[in-house]
Amino acid sequence: MFKLGIDVGSTTLKCAVLEDSGALVWSRYLRHYSRIAENLGKLLAELRENVPGEAMELSLSGSAGMGLAEELGLPFVQEVFAERVAVKKLMPGTDAVIELGGEDAKILFLTGGFEMRMNGTCAGGTGAFIDQMASLMQVEVSEMDALAERAEKLYTIASRCGVFAKSDVQPLLNQGARKEDVAASIFRAVVNQTVAGLAQGREFKGNILYLGGPLTFLPALRRSFDEVLETKGVCPENSLFYVAMGAAMAGAGAVRDLGKLEERLREGTGSGSYVACEPLFTSEAEYEAFRERHRRASLGITELREPAGEMFLGVDAGSTTVKAVLCDAEGRLFRPFYAPNHGNPVPLIREYLTSLYRDWPDIRIAGSAVTGYGEEIIRSAFRMDRGLVETMAHYTAARKFRPDVDFILDIGGQDIKCFQIRNGAIDNIYLNEACSSGCGSFLQTFAQALGYTTREFAALGLYARKPVDLGSRCTVFMNSSVKQAQKDGATVEDIAAGLSISVVKNALYKVIRCAGPDRLGKNIVVQGGTFLNDAVLRAFERETGREVIRPAFAPLMGAYGAALHALAHRGEETPGLLTLAELEAFTHKVAAVTCSGCTNHCSLTVNDFGDGRRYIAGNRCEKPVAGKKAGDHRDLYEEKLKLLSAFCGNAREEGKPTVGLPLGLNFYELLPFWHSFWKSLGFNVLVSPLSTRELYLKGQHTIPSDTVCYPAKLMHGHVEWLLERRPDAIFYPDMTYNTDEGLGVNHYNCPVVAYYPQVLEMNVPRLKETRFIDDFVSPADRGQFARRMTEIVGKHFPGITAKQVKAAAAAAYGSYEAYFAALRAKGEEFLRRAEAENKPVIVLCGRPYHVDPEINHGIQSLICRLGAVVVTEDSVSDRVEPFPVKVRNQWTYHARLYAAAKWVAAQGKRVNLVQLVSFGCGVDAITTDEVRSILEDAGKIYTQIKIDEISNMGAVSIRLRSLFAAVEG
Amino acid sequence: MPVEFTKEMKRSHTILSPDMFPTHMELLQAIFRIHGYNIAIARDEGKQVIDTGLKYLHNDVCYPAICAVGQQLYALESGEYDPKTTALIMFQTGGGCRASNYIMLLRKALHNMGMDEVPVISLSLSGLERSPGFRFTPGMMLAAIRAVIYGDMLLLLKNQTLPYEVNEGDTAGTVEKWIGELTEQFRRGRGLSRRALRRNLRAMAEDFHRIPREKKELTKVGIVGEIYVKYAAFGNNGLEKFLLSQGCETMVPGVLGFFQYCFANMETDRKYYGKPLRNVLAGNLMLRFADRWEQEMLHALEDYPEFVAPVSFDRVKELADRVIDRGVKMGEGWLLPGETAELIEKGYTNVICAQPFGCLPNHIVGKGTIRRLRELYPQANIFPVDYDAGASRVNQENRIKLMLAIARDEAAAVVE
Repeated sequence: MFKLGIDVGSTTLKCAVLEDSGALVWSRYLRHYSRIAENLGKLLAELRENVPGEAMELSLSGSAGMGLAEELGLPFVQEVFAERVAVKKLMPGTDAVIELGGEDAKILFLTGGFEMRMNGTCAGGTGAFIDQMASLMQVEVSEMDALAERAEKLYTIASRCGVFAKSDVQPLLNQGARKEDVAASIFRAVVNQTVAGLAQGREFKGNILYLGGPLTFLPALRRSFDEVLETKGVCPENSLFYVAMGAAMAGAGAVRDLGKLEERLREGTGSGSYVACEPLFTSEAEYEAFRERHRRASLGITELREPAGEMFLGVDAGSTTVKAVLCDAEGRLFRPFYAPNHGNPVPLIREYLTSLYRDWPDIRIAGSAVTGYGEEIIRSAFRMDRGLVETMAHYTAARKFRPDVDFILDIGGQDIKCFQIRNGAIDNIYLNEACSSGCGSFLQTFAQALGYTTREFAALGLYARKPVDLGSRCTVFMNSSVKQAQKDGATVEDIAAGLSISVVKNALYKVIRCAGPDRLGKNIVVQGGTFLNDAVLRAFERETGREVIRPAFAPLMGAYGAALHALAHRGEETPGLLTLAELEAFTHKVAAVTCSGCTNHCSLTVNDFGDGRRYIAGNRCEKPVAGKKAGDHRDLYEEKLKLLSAFCGNAREEGKPTVGLPLGLNFYELLPFWHSFWKSLGFNVLVSPLSTRELYLKGQHTIPSDTVCYPAKLMHGHVEWLLERRPDAIFYPDMTYNTDEGLGVNHYNCPVVAYYPQVLEMNVPRLKETRFIDDFVSPADRGQFARRMTEIVGKHFPGITAKQVKAAAAAAYGSYEAYFAALRAKGEEFLRRAEAENKPVIVLCGRPYHVDPEINHGIQSLICRLGAVVVTEDSVSDRVEPFPVKVRNQWTYHARLYAAAKWVAAQGKRVNLVQLVSFGCGVDAITTDEVRSILEDAGKIYTQIKIDEISNMGAVSIRLRSLFAAVEG
Repeated sequence: MPVEFTKEMKRSHTILSPDMFPTHMELLQAIFRIHGYNIAIARDEGKQVIDTGLKYLHNDVCYPAICAVGQQLYALESGEYDPKTTALIMFQTGGGCRASNYIMLLRKALHNMGMDEVPVISLSLSGLERSPGFRFTPGMMLAAIRAVIYGDMLLLLKNQTLPYEVNEGDTAGTVEKWIGELTEQFRRGRGLSRRALRRNLRAMAEDFHRIPREKKELTKVGIVGEIYVKYAAFGNNGLEKFLLSQGCETMVPGVLGFFQYCFANMETDRKYYGKPLRNVLAGNLMLRFADRWEQEMLHALEDYPEFVAPVSFDRVKELADRVIDRGVKMGEGWLLPGETAELIEKGYTNVICAQPFGCLPNHIVGKGTIRRLRELYPQANIFPVDYDAGASRVNQENRIKLMLAIARDEAAAVVE
C-alpha cells in the first residue's frame, strides 16, 4: 500500500506518495490561498487520477495541518520532526538543516548534540516576507532572485522581523536604490535573521541541507546563506517535499479511503470556533445607508474641469503610492492622480507632468510643493519650490475641508498619523512606531497573495458574518493569527473583515492609546488610501462609536495639502518646476557608493538628474552633501562621547595586569568610575570601542533571546572584541542597584542592565578562556561598596588590601562626579547660549547607552541639522526637586526621564523633549506614558522615537519636523 | 491623590482579585474572609477581557498585566461589580521588574474609565503601600502560606492523578471536595495549625491514592515560567489541559517556592548590599516557617510512591547555584532555572518555559539559562513558549508538539 504524506503549510500544500520501498511515486506542490479544504480536495482528486489504489496510509503535517488532522481524525506528525525523519533516511550524512517556509524558519542540528529550533513568534513570516517584498518592488519572486544575482552592494536591513525590514526597504526604494541591490539586501536580512534568531551559539559545520520553498526557488538566497555561514549548502532533489515525505515515512499513518476523504472535504472544515468580532454590516440596506451618509459628508471640495488662472502643484510621494494634484487660487482641485509607486516615484511624476503640459500647454504653474517620504528626491528631480512635512500637509488639507476639525487620522500604506487640533493649532501628534507600521500596505499585499485586488478584498469583508479577531500587535503577529483562523474554519470574507478591524484597533489602541472616544474629538476627519476601504471606515466608526468624515479625495489629502501650501507661499520665489522641454530631456541615474568621509561609512545612494542636480540619501551627516562638517553644532551627546574618550586610551604598560571593560549598557555611564577604580589599583584598563555593525555581527551568534533590546545584544560583540585582545580579566559586574540620585523610591537598574553579565557568562563559551568577573555590587552606599569590592577584588587578585580598594573606590567616585560636573557644566553653557540666541532646545531623553552611535543612529545630529541645540536628560535631571509621579519611580535612569520632563514642562515653548526608546525595552511601556502625561499636563507635545539595530530616518525626520512645525505654528 | 481603602470600606466594599492560581484562589479567599475582608475573584476570561486590558493599558506592557488587570477592569466595566462598593487588590513585590507598577497601571486605567473612586490595594510582603482599612499582618501572611501549601498539594496530586484516572471526574471531584472541606475548616478557625496541616495533607494524599488509576506510560512535562502565565490557564491558553489532551503528565512547581524565594533573597541582599539586619531576620523567620511546613507536605507524600514529590527548597537553591547567581532576584529570578533543574532531575526532562512576550527578566532567567541547563543536563528538552495577546495559539501548540515529538522519539530510542 502507498504511503501518503501531506504537508499543509501556511501558504502551500505539499503532497508526497511513497511506495513501500520508500521511493517517491508522485508529488505535488500548490498554493492554497487560505482555502485549504477546497484545494486539498482538488489535490486528492488529481492524486486519484494519477496514482492507482483508493486506500493509502495517510499522515498530515505542517503548521496548518494540526487542526485539520484533528478534525478529520488523521494522524499528525509535527513538521520539524517529519523533516528529521526524511533527512535521516534520504541524506544520512547531513550535519545541519535550514528550512524556510511561508511562516516559520527552522534549523536542525543533527550531529554533535541534536537540537531543533523554530523561530519565535516575533521573527515569523520568512517566506511571507519575501513575497511581500516582491510585491512591494512589483516583481515576481523569481525575478527578485534574478535581480539579486546582479547586485553590486548590500544595504543593512533590519533583521529583527519582517515589519522592521519592510520599513527599511521602503525608504531605500524611495531614495532610488537599485532594485538589484535591494533584492540582495533583503535576502541577506533573511539570512541574518535566521542565523541570529536560531543558531544561538551553534556553528554550522559539515554538510548543510537547504529545504523548503524559498530556498528551493531562490538560488541567490542559498548563496547568501553560503556566504554568511562560510560553507556550501546543498539543496537536494525534492527539497520541497521533505516534510511531506517524512510524514509518510514516520510510520504513524492511518489507512484511509481517498475518495471518501475527498467527499468529506467537500463539506468544508473548521469548527468556526475562533474568536470573532461583530459583523461590520448585517444587511445591504445598512451598508447603503452608511454609504449615503458618507457620500453626503464627503462633499466640500470642487473639482475643476480645466485650469483656472494660476495653478499650484502638490505632490505626495508616500511610501507605497504617489499622489499629485493641482489647485487654483481658491483651492479648487484639478487633475488628481493616485498610483502605486512601484518602488520608484520619479518616472510616475515625470509622466504626470509631461501629460499635463501636453494636454494644457498654456497652464501656468505658479508654485509647487512636495511632501512624503520621497519629498527630497522629487523636489530635486523636478526642481519643485517647497517641501513640507506630511503632518502639516495633511492638517492643511483637512482644515481647508473642515475648518472646525479637531482630530485627524491618516492611515497610509506604511504610516499611521494622527493629530489633535486645539485653538487652530496642532496640539498633539501621534505617529506609529516601526512595530505597527505597514498596516495599510499589509491589507494590499495580503489581498494580492490571495489573488484579489485590494478593492475586491475589502468588499469581501463587508458582510462577513464572523470577522476574525486578529489582534493588533503587528502585521507579523496578524499574519500568524490568520493561520490559526484558517485552521478554525474562517472564510476569506471573515479574514478580510478581521484585517480591516485590526488595522483600526492598531491605530486606536497602539498608536493613539485611546481610552475613549472623547479623547479623540468632535469633528474627526479620516483620510489616507486605507480609508477608501469601507470596511476600515466602518470598523473605525464602530470601535470609536463616532460618526466621522471621509473627504471625497481621502487618499489625495497629502498632495492637496502640499498644493495649498504652495498657494499660501505664492510669489515668495520664482517658480522652478521643470518645463516640458526639460522633462523631455530628463535623465535619472542612480549610483550606490560607500561614503568615506568618516568612520561611519554610510551607504549612500546618489541620484543624478543630468544637469548637475543631484540628490544624495543615506547619509548621517552633512559631509557628503555639503562637502564639510556642518558648523554650529551644539550636541551634548557628542560632548558626552568626548568626555568618555578620555578613558578609552587603552595604553598597556608592561608588567601590569590588564582588565577589560565592555563599553555598553550601564558602562557608558560608569566608565569613568570603573576606569579610575582599576587604574588606581595598578591595572591596565582595556576598553572596547564604540559599537559598530561589525562589532555586533561578531557576537550575534551567542545571543540567546532575539527579543532583547539591541543595546544588550551589542554586549556580545564587545566581550568578543575584548577576548581577542586577551586581557587578564574582563570586569562586568551584575548591578541590581544603581547609584541613588534621590529622585525616586528606589534605585534599581532594569533587569537587563542589572543581569546581562550573567547572560554573557552562561552563553558566551569563550569567556571561559579568561577570568570573567561578574560579581554583584551596588554603588549606592559608598562604605558598603568599598567593603564589598574588597571581597570581590580579593577573591580574584589576592594581595590587594582593603586600604588599596578604599583608595580606589574614592578615586572611582571622584572621577564619576567630575564627569557629571563637566557634563552638566557643558549642558549649562549650551542652554545659556541657546537662550541668548533664542534657539530651540531639544532634551533628547534616553539612557546612558543611547550615546552609542550604533544605537542612536545619529538622530541627535539630525536634530542639530534641523536647527536645535541637543542636551541630554542627565544634564537637566538634577534641576528639579523630587516630585510625585503616577508610576512607581524605582529605576535610577528612568527617574531622570521624569525629572527631565518636569524640567522641560516648566520651560517656554522653545524647549522641548524627545524620548529615545529602544525596541524591546519593556520598562519604557511604563515611562513613555508617564513622560507624555507630564508634558501634556503642561501643554507640551510629546515625541517618541523608537530605535533598533537600524532606524528608518525618514520616519524619525517626520516626527522631528512635525514637532518643530507644530511648535512654530 | 488616589483614593485610599478606608476602615469603613472594609465593611462596605468587595475586594476584587484577579484569578491567578489553579487550586489556590478559594483557599486564599477564605483566609482573607476570616480576617474580615470580603474578597471576590474576577473569573471572566476571553476576548472581551483581553480587549478591555488592551484598551486601558499600554499595549507593550506585559501580557500578565493585560490579563489580570483586564479581568478586574472588565468586571467593573461590564457592571458585574459596582464601582461604588468595589476595591481592587493586586500583588506587588517591589522588585526591579515592571510588575511592581501594576498597581499604578490599575489606577491610571481606572482614571481613564472615570472610576477614580475605586480604591486599589497593594498586597505586598514588605508593606510597600499602606491602606488604613487593609493590613496584611504577619499572622495573615503565615495563614496565607499554609493555604498556599494546601493549594500546591492539591495541584500536585491533581496533576499526577488526572491523566491516569479510570473514572472520569474522580480527580476533579476530589479537588473540589478538598477545597470545600478546607474552606469550611478555615471558616471554623481550624485547619491552620501544624497538626491540622499534617493531618489534612495526609488525608489528601490518601484520598487521591484511592482514586482508581490506569497503568500507562505518559510523556512527562514540567512547566516553569513567569508566575502568572505559568499558573493561570487564562494566561497560558489552557496549557495544562492541552498537555493532558496530548497524553502528558505535567508537573508545575508550587506557589510556595515563590514566597520562599522572596524571603531567601533578603539574606542575599545583606551579603551583597549590606541591607539592614532586621530584614534578614524577618525573612529568615518566615523562610523557616515556610520550609518547615513544606516538610509536612514532603512527609505526607513519602508513603505514596506513585506520587513524585518535589524537592525541598534548600535543594532548589543548590540546583540554582549550578546555573545562575542567586543575586538575580527580579521577576522569578534564580528560582526559575532552579525549578527547571529540579524538574529535569525528577524525570520531567521536557520543560516548557512559559513566558510573556517581551518579559524582561525572562531574557535572563528563561531563555538566557537554557544553554547552561543543557550543558548540565544533556537529556533536557527545554522549550520557551511566548504568550501574548497577539500570539496565535496554533503557533504555541505547534512548538509544544515539536517538543513532544522529540521526547517520544528519544523515549523510543531508549527502549530500542
